[in-house]
Amino acid sequence: MSNYIKLIVLGLVVLFAAIGSNYARDLAYQVHAILVMVIAAGLFIWTLRNTDEPDILTDRSAEYMDDVIRYGVIATAFWGVVGFLAGTFIAFQLAFPGLNFEWAQGYLNFGRLRPLHTSAVIFAFGGNALIATSFYVVQRTSAARLWGGNLAWFVFWGYQLFIVLAATGYILGGTQSKEYAEPEWYVDLWLTIVWVAYLAVFLGTIVRRKEPHIYVANWFYLAFIVTVAMLHLVNNMTIPVSIWGSKSVIVWSGVQDAMIQWWYGHNAVGFFLTAGFLGMMYYFIPKQAERPVFSYKLSIIHFWALIFLYIWAGPHHLHYTALPDWASTLGMVFSVVLWMPSWGGMINGLMTLSGAWDKLRTDPIIRMMVISVGFYGMSTFEGPMMSIRAVNSLSHYTDWTIGHVHSGALGWNGMITFGALYFLVPVLWKRERLYSLQMVSWHFWLATIGIVLYAASMWVTGIMEGLMWREVDANGFLVNSFADTVAAKFPMYVVRGLGGVLFLAGSVIMCYNLWMTVRKAPAKEASLTVAVPAE
Amino acid sequence: MSKTPEKQPGDPNTTGHSWDGIEEFDNPMPRWWLWTFYATIFWGVIYTIMYPAWPLVQSATAGVLGWSSRELVQEDMVAFEEANAPWNAKLVETPLNDIANDAELQQYAVNSGSAVFRTWCAQCHGSGAQGAAGFPNLLDDAWLWGGTMEDIEYSVAYGIRNEESDDARYSEMPAFGEILEPDEITQVVQYVMSLTNAQTDDAAAKAGQVVFADNCSVCHGEDGKGDVTQGAPNLTDAIWLYGGSEEALTETVVYSRFGVMPPWENRLTEAQIRAVTAYVHQLGGGQ
Repeated sequence: MSNYIKLIVLGLVVLFAAIGSNYARDLAYQVHAILVMVIAAGLFIWTLRNTDEPDILTDRSAEYMDDVIRYGVIATAFWGVVGFLAGTFIAFQLAFPGLNFEWAQGYLNFGRLRPLHTSAVIFAFGGNALIATSFYVVQRTSAARLWGGNLAWFVFWGYQLFIVLAATGYILGGTQSKEYAEPEWYVDLWLTIVWVAYLAVFLGTIVRRKEPHIYVANWFYLAFIVTVAMLHLVNNMTIPVSIWGSKSVIVWSGVQDAMIQWWYGHNAVGFFLTAGFLGMMYYFIPKQAERPVFSYKLSIIHFWALIFLYIWAGPHHLHYTALPDWASTLGMVFSVVLWMPSWGGMINGLMTLSGAWDKLRTDPIIRMMVISVGFYGMSTFEGPMMSIRAVNSLSHYTDWTIGHVHSGALGWNGMITFGALYFLVPVLWKRERLYSLQMVSWHFWLATIGIVLYAASMWVTGIMEGLMWREVDANGFLVNSFADTVAAKFPMYVVRGLGGVLFLAGSVIMCYNLWMTVRKAPAKEASLTVAVPAE
Repeated sequence: MSKTPEKQPGDPNTTGHSWDGIEEFDNPMPRWWLWTFYATIFWGVIYTIMYPAWPLVQSATAGVLGWSSRELVQEDMVAFEEANAPWNAKLVETPLNDIANDAELQQYAVNSGSAVFRTWCAQCHGSGAQGAAGFPNLLDDAWLWGGTMEDIEYSVAYGIRNEESDDARYSEMPAFGEILEPDEITQVVQYVMSLTNAQTDDAAAKAGQVVFADNCSVCHGEDGKGDVTQGAPNLTDAIWLYGGSEEALTETVVYSRFGVMPPWENRLTEAQIRAVTAYVHQLGGGQ
């Protein structure tokens, strides 16, 4: 029966997409309509061929649903390399503008590739990492199979479709020009559907848990899923110009629009890249270290403090703008007060290793997780500091901001994800161990040196250009032109690009290592895929 | 299921729960952490009393210190404006050509003008005034519309071939692709190239001389030395705004060029226009 409903829905989607590709007002919409039409038609045929086939259902309710996580791990590694490659390329485009090739103008120039890079690393790499690890962690810590049957597959594939629509849209010019919220209205609607399904799977699994309590990692994952849904809805309140075109107009205007955009933007950092990844940290660090979490009390206090405070910090992105002073003050104060709640996660992560510090010498995966938490601590100190108005008046609009974001993204999000992938692949593919720990060490050092080059070069250029911009002579006349600051940054731009090359190289080594782990590492005899409460 | 790791001597109590083998110690929050957290909250409360912070129904609390980001900027700007006011007045009163005679005034004009130039002019003319293809170099002696103080001031104030100012300098070279035969265009390009002793096809250049005399000399002069009253470039000085290669010259002849400069009379003050005039004039090419 449900197959017949599916067939009707898919048939309607094919029809609508066909009409859309005919009447499309712009290239991005047309390409997307054709893409959706082909995918829906393929699913239609696939569903049709499976309809009224005899069910050979085996009862899998006592087993963990790991297939979708295996796919998630592969997607994470794949999108990671894509995102790092795009980032490295655009870093060199800034240093050598000739790389904005004449033949690729309007498609592969910096302006088109930059959102492709940010979305690829945040939403494709980070998002897949969060979905895959949250599915893994919620099952293990709830001792329950994922709720909703194939809904988890819908979440996975639906999210990949979102990524493809977003990325191709940027290159073809479909963007609503809101940082980190570039995808146009129909892509936003699709993501909303996928995200609600994600929430349902996650919550359903927690509800059917066999453990009496909900583990701290799941608080963070849940906060991330719920808040991102809210942010996404409010910041994407747009009215399409035509249902046959990609362009839409936001309902907010002026400084309110700017404030909502940065309320969204900052909490994308706060809930996507911080809360979600803290969930990851709270599971994989104690597992890898084989030590209990340092303090339950700390986790509960810093969780609620973080969740409450983060949501108010957005105005610090709009210091000294049309935003009223009072909003700017509040944004700054909440950001500074956020410092300790952020550090609570770092303390719990690092102190969990007390009693297991020796593993830093022997286990490069632990080393990766520790440096990740270290970068987390550094960026969550740097962030509140940069939110202070006096500091911000120097740092704002400069490369310092870019450096800050990358020490968080490459150091914290990247490294903890690599650690989680190194943990997950042997478990999910039932291998005794990783193919090569030495390669993990290589990855660790390449990535760490890459981040240091990146962050240090951006500190130098950021502070330099901030000082050059504000330099006036005794009569109050500007001393430097903007072009002078751009020229002065060139050497550091090359250093930044090299940092990116090192980071990218590390991730390629990781992919090879994970691939060989699946192919060559000895298989593990007894597998741990049966859902049983720990006690 | 996953085994719970063995305890080490000296480990504190756990909370008694276990998830997939993960337990939690019942450690208290680190004191330094907690007190720093309290301190930031305390500071936050004080800070929001001192500075504009809490939204009310119609407005927001103004803060005890009376701080305002807009007023701070305003104060800075007013302070500089007041300090510079006598200089600006003097700059406006002094006849253009006498500015350079007053060393102090000239120094002020050049400083002020260079800041204006970096802000408004460098985008096209380059931060060193070296120009770029299509945007004149202001360091050399070649001037399309004249390089005296008056000429420069006029170009800055009213611009060139723009639609905003009725007083803009204006001239338009015809697109000879619609007027001349392809052969004639080739010939006249060869002739123009021969004016700067470039490698040319002599026969074609000779034929081009006739084409030039019939079509181009009205503006560029019999000798090709141009005419600053109508912005017609000198073709004999080997200084090329759009390039002196055969291709570039052919493109110029066939399609013409139409360089535009905006007027600055409404965006800059008179003192600023005179300052940037003095700055450009002293760069080396002023006449």
